[in-house]
Amino acid sequence: MSTQIGNLDQDKLLQIYYQMNLIREFEMEIEKQFMRGKLYGTMHLCIGQEGTAVGAIAALEPEDKITSTHRGHGLSIAKETDINLMMAELYGKATGISKGKGGSMHLADLDVGNLGANGILGAGQAHAVGAALTSKMRDLGYVVITFFGDGASNEGAVHESMNLAAVWELPVIFFCENNQYGMSGSVKDMTKIENIADRAVAYGMPGHIVNGSDVLEVMKVTQQAVERARKGEGPTLIEAKTYRWKGHSKSDPKKYRTSDEEKEWIDERDPIVLFRNKLIEDGVLNEEQEKKILQKVKKAIEGAVEFAEDSPEPSIESLEEDVYA
Amino acid sequence: MREITFQQAIRESMSQEMRENELVYLMGEDIGVYGGAFGVTNGMIGEFGKERIRDTPISEIGFTGAAVGSAITGMRPIVEIQFSDFLLVTIDQLVNQAAKMRYMFGGKGKVPMVLRTPNGSGLGFAAQHSQSLEAWLAHIPGLKVVQPSTPYDAKGLLKAAMDEDNTVVFFEHKMLYGMKGEVPEEAYSIPLGKADVKREGQDVTIIATSIMVQRSLEAAVQLESEGISCEVIDPRTLLPLDEETIIESVKKTGRAVVVHEAVKRGGFGGEIASVIQESEAFDYLDAPIQRLGGRFIPIPYNPELEKNSVPQVADIIEGVKATIYRS
Repeated sequence: MSTQIGNLDQDKLLQIYYQMNLIREFEMEIEKQFMRGKLYGTMHLCIGQEGTAVGAIAALEPEDKITSTHRGHGLSIAKETDINLMMAELYGKATGISKGKGGSMHLADLDVGNLGANGILGAGQAHAVGAALTSKMRDLGYVVITFFGDGASNEGAVHESMNLAAVWELPVIFFCENNQYGMSGSVKDMTKIENIADRAVAYGMPGHIVNGSDVLEVMKVTQQAVERARKGEGPTLIEAKTYRWKGHSKSDPKKYRTSDEEKEWIDERDPIVLFRNKLIEDGVLNEEQEKKILQKVKKAIEGAVEFAEDSPEPSIESLEEDVYA
Repeated sequence: MREITFQQAIRESMSQEMRENELVYLMGEDIGVYGGAFGVTNGMIGEFGKERIRDTPISEIGFTGAAVGSAITGMRPIVEIQFSDFLLVTIDQLVNQAAKMRYMFGGKGKVPMVLRTPNGSGLGFAAQHSQSLEAWLAHIPGLKVVQPSTPYDAKGLLKAAMDEDNTVVFFEHKMLYGMKGEVPEEAYSIPLGKADVKREGQDVTIIATSIMVQRSLEAAVQLESEGISCEVIDPRTLLPLDEETIIESVKKTGRAVVVHEAVKRGGFGGEIASVIQESEAFDYLDAPIQRLGGRFIPIPYNPELEKNSVPQVADIIEGVKATIYRS
């Protein structure tokens, strides 16, 4: 049995497979809990985008940083935030990663280098520039991946950030998860050019297009960008073509797209199925191992729900805490 | 004691801090060789180099956001926004990001950033380069807002702002840059949230901010010759606000006039007036609180029109008299 694909060993490959499944199951679980009225507000599910989150972050070292998006549960999981704390946060509990004050849209975990999801599109790209500036000015050696969508790619702040990162030669990777829609707006209607990666030339940085359903390709392309950034050669723009299977948020009837289109992405380009097939074909994964991995995922999710449900609500006394340092 | 200008005091405060703390750096438009639009950073690039006196592209939202990102990862940036009107271009990063991060992240992380910016009218720059927008920012939980009125205060308050672990917006009135005053050579700190009684008096309390402190002091001198004794209080920081000093003064005088250059409607004077009337000072009031502020117009270009759009010494005298001769 082969234990390797390219230069990735079996442990790493199975870790990637585990994380992709953990993200999928986490999202399915919270959707279920939302329907049951256990979760409040809204949420943006990333089912279908597991290949981009896990593939890109698999190219990083633990000390590297990311900025996340409002559709960022998968990014948090890939950057290895404790899912118990994430789940508790979605439940609004005192034990949540943000003590129940941030919710789904503001998941951050500075301890693992996640500088935060963001409710404002385009804001995180500027933060990534600043975090990379810290790395460069203090010679800390870390790189930053900033994630954003096709929708955010039309925000002015994204363009300013790309130009800043380029002129200051900062270790940033601008990673566009092009999931085809900014809420209801199709990228075809909102962007004149076909590929967002083509904009890289305007900022004097390399641009790459990658198949977001192929987790290993995402990882490989990101690794090249990370290497370039770490050598002090500056930023890269990567555009991954992907798809969010679910609506924009919990109130979206998806009137702006066809079920044929959805079916094509779901049936033919599921990043988890494609990766699983490859692992089996290449002899990295067998049925028994798969069963074990899925069992581990199930247990982790059940544990997170239990942790969240058993956790206390935040006290009203905590309301005015943490406004100022 | 030696006298230096308001502008020199700010530069000296930053330079002293940068010599002490390598995490502090400055970022903004034309702050390098050019020395900043008002010359505040003049010569600093020679001492600190272009890494730490960092000229930026004209991308206010981008570089302010970069400052936020560098602050939350351990640096202590000072951002110069060339005119405070351009704050409106940075507003997402200030209001939605810097001010809220710590709270949204459950008390983790801090954004120790100072955003310095010239505000105010008086130089003929018209509607988009002359505003006073401090009330917008003093409305935002998570920010701190500072408005020095003298060279001494500017140096000490800026030191406190640079030592803060929160985001501070530091307004520098353009007409004050050339003002001279006594300033110690060594670094010193004036705590944020501590008002200063600029002049003691018995008959009326004038609470004034920024350049209006100077105009109020001038008015107080003239009023004294007419037998009216004015106490002039400069809050120095709007957020946090030293309510106690204001309330104690109004309890003593029984009369209050609030003066700022910003448009009166929705201005911070309304907040100060409310603080007074919600406090025990209400029982001591002998007349309604007077508010003086800019007219409800964009700042015009013509010098006479410009002058008439914001309170002048004569307006303050009139406002004080209206309070005194009522009742």
